[in-house]
Amino acid sequence: MSNDVFPLVSVNHVHVAFGSQSILTDINLTVNSSEIVTLIGPNGAGKSTLVRTVLGLVQAVTGTVKLKSGIRIGYMPQKLLVESFMPLSVYRFLSLTKGTNNTKIQTIAKDLGIKHLLQSPMQAISGGELQRVLLARALLCDPDLLVLDEPAQGVDVMGQEELYQLIVHIRDTRHCGILMVSHDLHLVMAGTDSVICLNKHVCCSGLPEAVAQHPEFVKLFGLHEPAGLAVYTHRHNHRHDIGGDVCT
Amino acid sequence: MYLDFVTRAMIGGVGVALVAGPLGSIIIWRRMSNFGDTLAHSTLLGVCFALLLNIDLYIGLIGISVVVASFLAFLSQQRLIASDALLAMISHSTLALGLILATVLPGVRIDLLGYLYGDILSINETDLIWIYAANILALFVLAKLWRSILSLTINEDLAAVEGVPVVRIKWILMIVMAIVFAIAMKLVGVLLITALLIIPASGARQFSKTPEQMAVFASILGMLSVVCGIFASNYWDWPTGPAIVVSATLIFIVSLVFGRFYK
Repeated sequence: MSNDVFPLVSVNHVHVAFGSQSILTDINLTVNSSEIVTLIGPNGAGKSTLVRTVLGLVQAVTGTVKLKSGIRIGYMPQKLLVESFMPLSVYRFLSLTKGTNNTKIQTIAKDLGIKHLLQSPMQAISGGELQRVLLARALLCDPDLLVLDEPAQGVDVMGQEELYQLIVHIRDTRHCGILMVSHDLHLVMAGTDSVICLNKHVCCSGLPEAVAQHPEFVKLFGLHEPAGLAVYTHRHNHRHDIGGDVCT
Repeated sequence: MYLDFVTRAMIGGVGVALVAGPLGSIIIWRRMSNFGDTLAHSTLLGVCFALLLNIDLYIGLIGISVVVASFLAFLSQQRLIASDALLAMISHSTLALGLILATVLPGVRIDLLGYLYGDILSINETDLIWIYAANILALFVLAKLWRSILSLTINEDLAAVEGVPVVRIKWILMIVMAIVFAIAMKLVGVLLITALLIIPASGARQFSKTPEQMAVFASILGMLSVVCGIFASNYWDWPTGPAIVVSATLIFIVSLVFGRFYK
């Protein structure tokens, strides 16, 4: 129980550079259990680099990345392209996860609605289906922390909403922490506990509502809609089940 | 035990084809055929060094392949390997250097044609022992690391997050390739060795549903190519290495047609 007090991840004053080019400066970030933290920012802001630093794929020049000891991380990469010369079914892809078994794969496939895809070749499924398969793979290791790099990529708008609802649902049922990169401001925010607006440094961070009205955020993304609207999900949604309790 | 030269060639060729199946599949999946060519081209240097230092031919071959593979592995760590030009440069400059050394070494006459096209009919019992020892070792390593290799071939980041030692396994894979290429060199030669790995695996792809099936079918098609090639070479008096590669290509075309109906 006492272990729950510590965050899953804490990034302290991290600085990342490739060669002489500075990518990230003085980044602080924590993710707790049952918390969704969303990273947003323009292209080239270093969102993926920050995620990769948390995962240990990129080393920080200075600063520290602390992970809770014994943490299991489920990672959903931004892109995954299976070479067409490799015969690989969705089932086989999922079964490559360490420490998984058939029962687990069947259960998670059912939860994510990809059961009918299990025997399909990885190359034959659509973009939206692939994202679900990747999410399933990330969930197979029973993660304490889910790291999702642009999970809604290549998914149409309706599919995106469903996917984000699914992510919120995963947080609510599994109580794992979620660190997510997104370029989509409108759909993401409702389920998010904390938003970090990144542009090589942390421009602003906090509750979605606060970030959306922060001058630095407005400077980066403009104010195409009334600021308040940006935090609403389901602008075009007629189902009001999850997250539909719109705050005004 | 006495075996006639055709039988020895068959046994040797089948041994190489056996490991060429899974290894060739991996090379296709990881798009490493340029890397394979580079390894193959550098082996002439190994032959020269073996003669120069008066050591066993296979030790020279394996030695130089491992050195080149490690060098390339190091370069890929530095993220320089993506460049085809760099591979081609190393590949052809080592070949050129090998050709010069082969010509100027005092008292040395290397059968260059045999080196380029292979000389499977001349293999002896010692060669067979080398082939089987090296290939069984290679098969064992590949089997042991199979799951990790698949994982990192699909996505290196994902594999790394799941705890696969990506850098180490890529290095081991390159060393295994180096050893198999060094051994197979004598059979089909520098110019054709990559073909013996790539073509059967490409054929096997047509009717495989899992990576494992592809590896096994590739081995079978490879063995078939070796047997057909040796028969063709005996019957029509063709050079054996090229005959094996042509057989492999014909088998590939058949499997392409067959694969269409199968699916």
